[in-house]
Amino acid sequence: MEWFLALLVGTLFGCGVYCLLQRSIVRLVIGVLLLSQGANLLVFLSGGLTMGMPPMVAKGEKLPTPPFADPLPQAMVLTAIVIGLGLVAFLLTLVFRAHEAVGSDDINCFDSTEKSHGAAESKS
Amino acid sequence: MTAYALLLPLLLPVIGVVTMLIGVRSARTQRIGGVLFSGLTFVASLYLAWLVDREGYIVLQSGGWAAPFGISLVADRFAAIMVCVSSFMGVAVAWYAVGEIDEFRLRRFFFPLYLALMFGVNGAFLTGDLFNLYVWFEVMLIASFVLMAMGGRKQELEGALKYVSLNLLASMFFLMGAGLIYGITGTLNMADISAKVAAAPDSTAVLPAAMLLFVAFCVKAAIFPFFFWLPSSYHTPPPAVSAIFAGLLTKVGVYALFRFHTLLFVSLFSHFQTLLIVLSVFTMVTGVFGAASHFQMRRILSFHIISQIGYMTVALAIMTPLALASGIFYLVHHIIVKTNLFLISGVVLRMKGSDDLAHVGGLSKSAPWLALLFFIPAFSLGGIPPLSGFWAKFGVVKAGLDASHWWVVTFALLVGVMTLFSMTKIWAEAFWKKQPELDEEASGALECTEPAEVRRSLRWMLPPITVMALATVVIGLFGNPLFRFTERAAAQLIDAESYRAAVLIPTDPGEGYPEQTVYEKEAE
Repeated sequence: MEWFLALLVGTLFGCGVYCLLQRSIVRLVIGVLLLSQGANLLVFLSGGLTMGMPPMVAKGEKLPTPPFADPLPQAMVLTAIVIGLGLVAFLLTLVFRAHEAVGSDDINCFDSTEKSHGAAESKS
Repeated sequence: MTAYALLLPLLLPVIGVVTMLIGVRSARTQRIGGVLFSGLTFVASLYLAWLVDREGYIVLQSGGWAAPFGISLVADRFAAIMVCVSSFMGVAVAWYAVGEIDEFRLRRFFFPLYLALMFGVNGAFLTGDLFNLYVWFEVMLIASFVLMAMGGRKQELEGALKYVSLNLLASMFFLMGAGLIYGITGTLNMADISAKVAAAPDSTAVLPAAMLLFVAFCVKAAIFPFFFWLPSSYHTPPPAVSAIFAGLLTKVGVYALFRFHTLLFVSLFSHFQTLLIVLSVFTMVTGVFGAASHFQMRRILSFHIISQIGYMTVALAIMTPLALASGIFYLVHHIIVKTNLFLISGVVLRMKGSDDLAHVGGLSKSAPWLALLFFIPAFSLGGIPPLSGFWAKFGVVKAGLDASHWWVVTFALLVGVMTLFSMTKIWAEAFWKKQPELDEEASGALECTEPAEVRRSLRWMLPPITVMALATVVIGLFGNPLFRFTERAAAQLIDAESYRAAVLIPTDPGEGYPEQTVYEKEAE
């Protein structure tokens, strides 16, 4: 099962990077979304998969009997998913507003922060 | 009880955020609250620094869970001085923002977000847990995203888009790195990771994960190939916002790099040293050349942030006690000076309606006091004695010479000269030359404010600038106590074992209350 999820992480990263390299800012959002899912899955996998063994303590015991699934990566992934949700929601709004302001979703049109309004221009 | 002092710089801003959400309708309440809570945070941080200097380490195991299991909050001298300086900037910029930020932004949660930013920055300095550090970074980032995009003008939105997307990618690298580190070492506590990595016979397994973290921190610190988000976004928001960003955000990245090399992966440092030196030199050089090619005050200053970051990481890469001490000294000096320069560019923008050097001039006649206030931080940045920048650069250069990194020192000195060139460019253009005649198009683009309004806002904007300029002079003339402090901080950084021992002593969960412990580490 781990090999399958590892492949899935790789595919997600591949697709994410492909989207990021496009010119459209909407694809940028999709790329970020895919990459963050890939990252979440990677963190989830990092503790190793132990299937069907929840870390429950049996009655009368003090420790769960090994092998049991590591709950910490799952807690981390939950945190990361929540943070990611907020950030992607913000990014979507930002992209929408930026698209309204610039009037294009081509990243090449987003150059007003790069242009120099310096002396060279005003003197010429 | 002393361990609770650690919580104050975190709790005060968050209490501020919550209470100021209530009074968001009234701009007056927002202004008072913003200054009040950032001021309280500053006082708390001074108290914390005093305590830490006495005790060595202050550790709070949150929830009473013993070290590797719960989240530890740790303050050593380095963290304490960073919290101190950033809270100082916090209160200074809040004061400035009272005059600078308009009611539109005040009613759209400017000050709650500002305090949330301070909350995130202080948290990142004080945490002792890798995943927790990720969360603090996110707190800081989310607040900064909104602060940057708040105005909704085209430039701000474009700048914010670049800033947000590149920083999101960096966060992903951080998350993956933290996850993989956990997979390998089975712990997230930084002291525990440090112990486990140091004890491991073979470091190759942890190296890829460490590399991911390294890249993430480099993006946050705007190190050479990863700096592009910074100069394309920092000149777009209001000056108060870009000043606090310029002062604090990249420095949190540098702080994380310091922890990375002196605590987390001490044993891997040999793999990173050459890389870090080369990257730092490139950072210095590209930053300063970028600055030379620009003609707008805040963009020149943005590129200088990058170039100055190179000095701090070079100090880290040299890794002798003197180098680390001067690196920390450099951080302190740089935060104050750089924030101040951005604030001054804000005053120029307010007075002249533009901070483009082609459109402003004659300030040495019309505002001689501003010329003096600019002169101090600008020449401190360039490294002119006896201002603070000279001692910071002197320390780094001396450490480089002692460790015989000749060509690094050569570049550091050349970049210093180039920095001075940029500062004289601003000086000559904005202050010395006559006010240029503007054609219709150029004067139409100015964001002019009524003279009465300008006078009123300057009343709030100038005092923090003056105080920070004074701080620069004082650090320059009487910097010895500060340098001694940074030397003690560097001694702690070199001795990673003491950090581990302070955090990892097991404690009992106690009777339902968190058990705090203060560890006496050093007998000096």
